[in-house]
This record gives sequence, C-alpha cells and structure tokens, in this order.
Amino acid sequence: MLILTCPCCHVTAEETEFHGGGEAHLKRVGPDGAEGDFESYLFMRQNPKGVHLERWRHVYGCGKWFHMARDTATLEVFGSYAAQTLAPPDHIVDAIRKRHPDWQWPAAS
Amino acid sequence: MKKYSVFAVAREAMRHHTGWTRAWRDAQPKKRYDVIIVGAGGHGLATAYYLGKNFGITNVAVLEKGWLGGGNTGRNTTIIRSNYLQDPSAAIYEKARSLYETMSQDLNYNVMFSPRGVIMLAQTEHEVRGYKRTAHANALQGVSTEFIGPDRVKQLVPIINLDGPRYPVLGGLWQARGGTARHDAVAWGYARACSDMGMDIIQKCEVTGVRQTGGKVTGVSTTRGDIDCDKLGFVVAGHSGQLANMAGFRLPIESVALQALVSEPIKPCMDVVVMANTVHGYMSQSDKGEMVIGGGTDGHNNYTQRGSFHHIEETVRALVETFPMISRLKMLRQWGGIVDVTGDRSPILSKTPVEGVFINGGWGTGGFKAIPGSGWGFAELMAKGHSPLTDAFGLERFAEGRFIDESVAAGVAH
Repeated sequence: MLILTCPCCHVTAEETEFHGGGEAHLKRVGPDGAEGDFESYLFMRQNPKGVHLERWRHVYGCGKWFHMARDTATLEVFGSYAAQTLAPPDHIVDAIRKRHPDWQWPAAS
Repeated sequence: MKKYSVFAVAREAMRHHTGWTRAWRDAQPKKRYDVIIVGAGGHGLATAYYLGKNFGITNVAVLEKGWLGGGNTGRNTTIIRSNYLQDPSAAIYEKARSLYETMSQDLNYNVMFSPRGVIMLAQTEHEVRGYKRTAHANALQGVSTEFIGPDRVKQLVPIINLDGPRYPVLGGLWQARGGTARHDAVAWGYARACSDMGMDIIQKCEVTGVRQTGGKVTGVSTTRGDIDCDKLGFVVAGHSGQLANMAGFRLPIESVALQALVSEPIKPCMDVVVMANTVHGYMSQSDKGEMVIGGGTDGHNNYTQRGSFHHIEETVRALVETFPMISRLKMLRQWGGIVDVTGDRSPILSKTPVEGVFINGGWGTGGFKAIPGSGWGFAELMAKGHSPLTDAFGLERFAEGRFIDESVAAGVAH
C-alpha cells in the first residue's frame, strides 16, 4: 500500500484514496501529427524499472490530478508535484538523485 | 531421453528408483547458436520446441536469468480457455487449447491437463450482452462455447450464491473444453523435449546487452559472457521493455503486478473454473484441494513481483459474496508476477526495428493458456518471417490503428 500526498489539498492518505493515471509529461499530438507521433503519444511508454514520473488523481479527496515520482522496483515515492508543469521540479529531481545519483529524465534528452 | 511409461515406473520400482536421470541438461553456453530465445518460461520453451519439431532448427539456446519456469509460468492460476471475441485471438488461443489436449502424449510428460470446463459469470446486464455476443462470435470461429442461464450455472457450481445483493449471477459463458493444467509440468515437459533435441537451456544467465551491426543483431552480452546468434527472440513477459531498451526500441507496453493466492486444501467442492470479471476474481480448485484464486492487477507500473494487499481484499471480498462458503477458509500463500500489458490488451508477436530480433510478449494477465499456440506461431514467425497465427499481432498495428481490442471484450481477466 502506497502512502501518497496530494500536492493540491496537502492530504496524506493511503493509495486507495487515489487512482493512478499512467506516465506523466506526455506531449499531446495535434491534428497535424504524423502516424508515428500519434502512436508514440497514445501507446509507447517508458515503462522503466526504476524511477517513473506518473500521473495520479485524488479521486476520493479533492478530485485533482497531480504528478508524482516513484520507483517501480522498490515502490519508494520521491514526492508529488503539480500537474501544471512541463518537467519535474528541482526538489523532486534532488530527492530522486539522493537514491539514484546518475538519474536523468529520459524525456529530457 | 528415457521414455516415461508405466513400464518405466514398474522397472524403477524394482530397483528402488535409482535409474531415473535428469529430465533436461543444465547446459553451459556455447559461443554461437542459430537462434537464441531469451526467457525459459512456457512461451520461450514452447517456441524453442516448435522451432525444432516443426522447422528442424535445433542449434538453439534458451537463456534464463533466474530458473526454469520461475516467472509468470510458475505464478499463474493455470486457466486454459479460448472464448475470445476477436478472430485473431480466437485462432491463436484455440490452437493453444487444442495443443494442450494432446500435450502430455506429444511431450511424453504428464502436464495434467484437466478439461473441466470454464464459466465466465455474467453479473451485469452488459456482461450478459457481451458474452452472448462472444458466444455468437465463437460459433463463427469454430470455438465451442454457449451462453447459459443462472439455473445451469447453479447446477455446474452448487456452492455459488446466485442472488448476491451487489453481484447477482445473471448467466455465464460456458466453455466445456476449457480447464486447467499443471503449469510447472508444462515448462518441464517442453524443457525435457528441447534438451532431448540438443538445445541448451541455460539458467542464471541474464542478458545485459544486445549486440548489433548495421541494424542487424549479431548476439547478446550476458552475465556468462558474449554469445553470438543469427536470430534472437525476446520472450520475457514483464521485462520486455527492459530488453527492448537494450536493443534500442520502445514498446507499447506497461508492466504491472498481478497476484494470486491459494487457500488451505479442502475436500472437492467445485469441479469447474469460475471467472467473475466484474469483481476481478476467478477461482478453481486444484487437485490438492486448494482453492486457487486470482485477482486484479495493481493500479500502477510495478516490477515488485508481489502485489498490493488491498487488491487481495477487494478480490476476496467479492468472491465471498459469490461463494459464501469460502469465508471460513484460511489463505495459505500469496504471490505476484509482473505482467506486460499492451494498449489493446492483445499480445505482440512481431518482428522488431532490429533485423533478426523478434518479440513475443504483451500477453498481459492471460499468457499461460496461450503457451503452445504462441510457441507454434512464434516459431513459424522466427523461422519463415511470417505466420498465419501471428500476422495480426505485429507491432505495426499500433501505428496503423488496427487493434485487436480484447480490453472491452474480456474485461480484467484474459
């Protein structure tokens, strides 16, 4: 059972109060996108064994979406942050690098 | 290979069982193979077996980072059925189910296939409509299934409670020729047959890199040294993404934990397999008498091979309502496996962007039932470049929008 903190209403609660929404920071493709871009946006996923940036929704709380960094191999949660960001903020990257010093966000490269 | 038979048992009984030999050789890696299969689970071993049996390719190694059949092959709930909605799915799963019927004879290894019948309960109006549609589709596909009413369900499963307040049983999709098999025996039977054909099954040999020249595979790096090959097959379920990453391409796959549990053994009380997809639970009774219960997947990407506790609670809570007698059972063991789930909930059996590399994965929560059919088709794909069983399951279907959409048809359990 994960214990998560919603960055919108600041409530800390058990995982059952939330709902996972898959990989975060996917860039939506517009009507002009190529087939490959749509495939990438809709289906292709990083699916890392390790640090995963992902979306969650506080469904049985404030109802807001937010982002979170979590390790898929150990289930350690590095912290949550607002959904209205294009990249993980510095304090999340710092928390991740305490555990994984060489970690780079794959989508940044 | 010494043939197993009643005479062999009698002969060994006379000499205190001193004459049994290893079922398969624990091989050391050679420098080069024609084909390397990564993953010695059911699908990988079945692929190797049919490469040898159907295509005469026997210079094959099956690499395994852990132990034989120690991944999802040894962690599933052993259900076999082929009542799928879409034609390509029905074809490959029905091929698999029919191969299970003669597998013990073909492999000279008792896989304990028990065609006891599988019911998928319809507990909502939509499920009733969905399963009627599936039954009609199955009739056209030549898969024998029927939609049955609640009275027939009660007759087949006397311990069921039909009129639960939340999940009444409105009927079910019945496949009389579905059932279960002994999952470890499937892996061991294939391993024994492969080893007998001269193939090498190499345990504790983890692939750490994929070597390629000019977009074509030349071999793999492993924890036991470099091994060359002409063709490479990834058959690793939950870790498909890891291997694809080594080879330099991405997959439309996410890995999640799926778990199961068994109760203490009790006297025989249910001689069919029951699946309840609305409540994410399915149950059968093993030959030892344990009630084998499968649950839903965790709601987040996960490589931990254990599964969340609250999902057990959800599964058991719902099953207790449908089978009130299990409320007094103690649960003995619980375990999890990492399943690789695709966007359309159908598997990927495909060539990849790297020439000579093939992938068989994305079986999600329902790979065990498909093992022989998957091996049959994937071996043909690797040997000839295409197969009527696998052509619809190519990676390109995600770019083309040509999905084999079983996610709506099969719900959670498929």
